Parts: sequence; structure tokens; C-alpha cells
Amino acid sequence: MSPDERGVQPEERLAAALARLILDPAAPPARHIAVGAASPIPAAACWLVAKSGHPVRLSLLHKRSGNPFTEGSRELFDLTGQGRIDLFFLGGGQIDGEANINLIGTGEWPGAGVRFPGSFGSAFMYFMTPRTILFREEHSPRVLVPRVAHVSAPGVSPPEVFRRGTAQALVTGRCVFRFDPARARFSLESAHPGESLASIRAETGFDFDAPAAVPATPDPTEAELALLRGPVCDEMAETYPEFCARVWGRALAA
Amino acid sequence: MTPSSLEALAASVPDGALLALPPDNSLPSVALAKALMRRGARGLRLLGVPVSGFATDLLIGAGCVVEVETSAVSLGEAGFAPRFSAAVRAGTITVRDATCPAIHTMLQAAEKGVPFMPLRGVIGSDILAHRPDWRVVQNPVSDTPDPILVVPALHPDVAAIHAVMADEEGNLWVGRRRECATLAHASRRLLATVERVVPGNLLEDERLAAGTIAATYVEDFAVAERGAHPVALLDEYGFDAAYVADYARAARTEEGFRAWVDEHVLGRAATRVAAE
Repeated sequence: MSPDERGVQPEERLAAALARLILDPAAPPARHIAVGAASPIPAAACWLVAKSGHPVRLSLLHKRSGNPFTEGSRELFDLTGQGRIDLFFLGGGQIDGEANINLIGTGEWPGAGVRFPGSFGSAFMYFMTPRTILFREEHSPRVLVPRVAHVSAPGVSPPEVFRRGTAQALVTGRCVFRFDPARARFSLESAHPGESLASIRAETGFDFDAPAAVPATPDPTEAELALLRGPVCDEMAETYPEFCARVWGRALAA
Repeated sequence: MTPSSLEALAASVPDGALLALPPDNSLPSVALAKALMRRGARGLRLLGVPVSGFATDLLIGAGCVVEVETSAVSLGEAGFAPRFSAAVRAGTITVRDATCPAIHTMLQAAEKGVPFMPLRGVIGSDILAHRPDWRVVQNPVSDTPDPILVVPALHPDVAAIHAVMADEEGNLWVGRRRECATLAHASRRLLATVERVVPGNLLEDERLAAGTIAATYVEDFAVAERGAHPVALLDEYGFDAAYVADYARAARTEEGFRAWVDEHVLGRAATRVAAE
């Protein structure tokens, strides 16, 4: 079966949902987006935005030449320190209801229970980027916890601490949450197909707000699907061969 | 400058040294890490600049390491670093967690010869709560409350990188990975492995000079062909994902790690890579 004959893949729906958040007119403009190696889905979302004709500069940190940096990651952090990176993606081994993220681990410091890889640049990027989209496919009480065991980077800061932004949203395999920094609280924006407020509450360790009627996360449009399955996949095939093979049936190179 | 041998480079790294290694996308010398395992180095304190990868997991597994200062340890697509995770669980190494720009900033303070530098962010992270050497101060040039982190200068005893080439003068070419130059400037000794030695002087070529670390900063180097393998080396060779995935599977257990080391560090496959 060719990809076009398949239904919408969950990864495609997530990419389209992320792309809508990137283009949200209420959010600060996304002129320059940096994408880490964490997940191919945020990368697909960024390529979808670019291939839709929006003038956005993408810096792909895991590619040898897909970014403007000649001084490695140091230059990314310097650029972000100046406020010249508009949007970044972060994940977390644990994420809590105040948008704190934990990339350290569980149990006693520094992760005597389960040790996660470490905080990378999160303790800086989360403060210095005007907005961050949190993305974690696994949506379970194990990941979305009442309170993270350790804070790699806090979701909100006291007013005297210099901070350009924080989480705009949290996108998971079950739903899209918006984050309100003034209240340090998530609210459910939409549920993916097959999910309901009750099913999401059951799988979420933290409390959140929800509207009386929860909208469904929209499917990608036909135009978006065509872009994802064509030019977006073309851009991603070299870096994410397994992802492109699994989601779009793109043959792996020999 | 006359090239040394790889084993002589490893012999010159004393037990207990603070050894800085770039991450898996920025020219780590995996060849030197393997030579340190063969030499039976002990008590090393590793610094990930700013994160750690394959070579760090190898050295931890081999019992060469007592402490790791880093912003993350990962094998990338192959997942968590298995020997690092096991050592944290067993409590056999000390981990000093950092965040990437703080490590860059500590090295930049060292290269400038100043005692500390400020860095935005980080306030409210538990990393800070576990770093008594990091301080939050009032911004001295602001009249309004503005707390800011200051981090101390950090001088690694030894930095180990794998460059594409050295010239007859001992200059090293690292292409666009110029953060290796900051590491070289900040470290007391830079040891490098290289793919090859070329005639002439890289600094005399305007096209190559900007990607060159001057011999001023280079203590010693040795030729080690494919010395970054399985990590990618600029446009010379790519990342060997199958090799790293094979390692990640094997190193899930202590026994599996030992067998892998016998084959790939001490044994026939190690010799073959060196000879290729």
C-alpha cells in the first residue's frame, strides 16, 4: 500500500499540530527555529512550516552542514543568549503541571532510580528563547507527574529573574495542552482521535484545566499531507531514515 | 613537530587527570580513549564539552573514571549510555551535572584568563543547587534587582581531540568545529590524534587557516587513521550507527562489555581498524 492510500499517521497529525502552534499568530514570531536531535516529529513540523511557504530559518543541530554554526553548540547558545533564536523544542523524562522539566532522573540526585541522559542546554534555552514547545510522545503518569523529581529547567521564574519566555504548549501522543505562565498551569486544548477528557485525566499525573467540550485535534489537510509525504520526507530522509521508512514507506538507502 | 605514537600519548595522561572530551559530533579522539583503556588509566575525571558520548561510556565501563562533569551522556540514536547508567546506579562514579552553555562559558573564562564569567538562565534549576562552585550574584552594572549566575574558569588538565590533519609544524585542522579551539585555549595540554600529516603550513593557506588550531596550543599528536570511528569526522567519514548499536546491545551487561572490549579495544578488530 502506498503512503497516500493509508490513513493519517499519528506522526503526521502531531507534526501538523506542532506546525499550527509554530504559526500561532498570537505567539511571538518564529523567524529562526533551532531543532535538536531529540525527535524527528518536531523536525517534520518545522519543515512543514517552511515548505508551506513561510519564511523561517531552520537550524538543524544534528546535521553537519544544516546550520550556520562554525563554533559548534557554543554559537547556538550565544545566538539564543542574544534573543536571536525564536523557538526551541524541549522534552523531558518527566514533565509536571507547572511545566518544570526533568532530564536528570528519578530517585536520589543524580538519578539513583532511573538516570536520564542529563539536562543538555535546557536550563538556559527554556529561559532565553521567547517560546518553547514541549514535546513528548509518551503520555503516561510516569512521564506527566504531579511534581518532577528534579528540576532541569523550571517552567516559571520569579519576576526579578531575567526570562524571555517559557512553554507555549505541551504536545503528547494523546493531546495538546496550552500553558498559561501567569497561572503556571496547563489547559487541555484538543484531544487526538480515540482520546477523551476522562482518558487523558487517567493518564496524566498533574491537574489541568479543560473546556466543557474538548475539541478534537484536527487532521492534517490534504495539502499538508502532500507536503509531509513529499518534500518534507525528502528533506528528512538523510537524517531520519528509519522514521521516513516507518511513517512514509520511504525505502532505506542500501 | 614530530608525531608521537598513540600509546605514548596515552602514557602521557596521568591517572587522576581532568580529561576533556568533545561530544560525538565534534571530533572526540576515540582512538586515544581506547589507548587509555589499554594502558589501564585510573581515576580520570572526564569533562564533556558540553556533553558526553561513546568514548566516555567506554572509559567508564573500563573502570578508568571516578567522576564525570557533563551536561548529558548519551549514545544518540542508540539510546542511553549503558555503562554510564550502570555506574550511576552502582554509585561507582560521581556525576557533576551541568548545562551546555555553562561548560562553554567556564572554558571561555579560562581562555580569557579571567576567574569567572556570567551566564543567563539556570536560576531555579536543581543543577545549581548541586553546584557549590556556581554562584548567583546581583548584576553589578544594573541598578535594579537582577540576579545572574557566575561560573568559575575551568582549565582541563588534558583535552583529547581527533583532527583531520596535522601539518609539519604541528598545526591541526578541525574545519568548522572551532569550539575545539576554545577547548585547546582553555586546557593545560592538548593531545590530538589525526588522520594524516600533510606537508607545509596550514596557517599559510587563507582557506584553511580559520579552521586551524595553531601549534602554540598543541602539546603532542599521533597519527591514528579512523581515529574518530565510530563517530563521524566532518566530511571524511560518517557515523557508524551499526557499530554503536552493536556496542549498546553488548554493553547492557558487564560481561557483554568485557567481551566487546576484548574484541574491539584489545583484540583483533582493534588492530584491524588501526591497520585499515
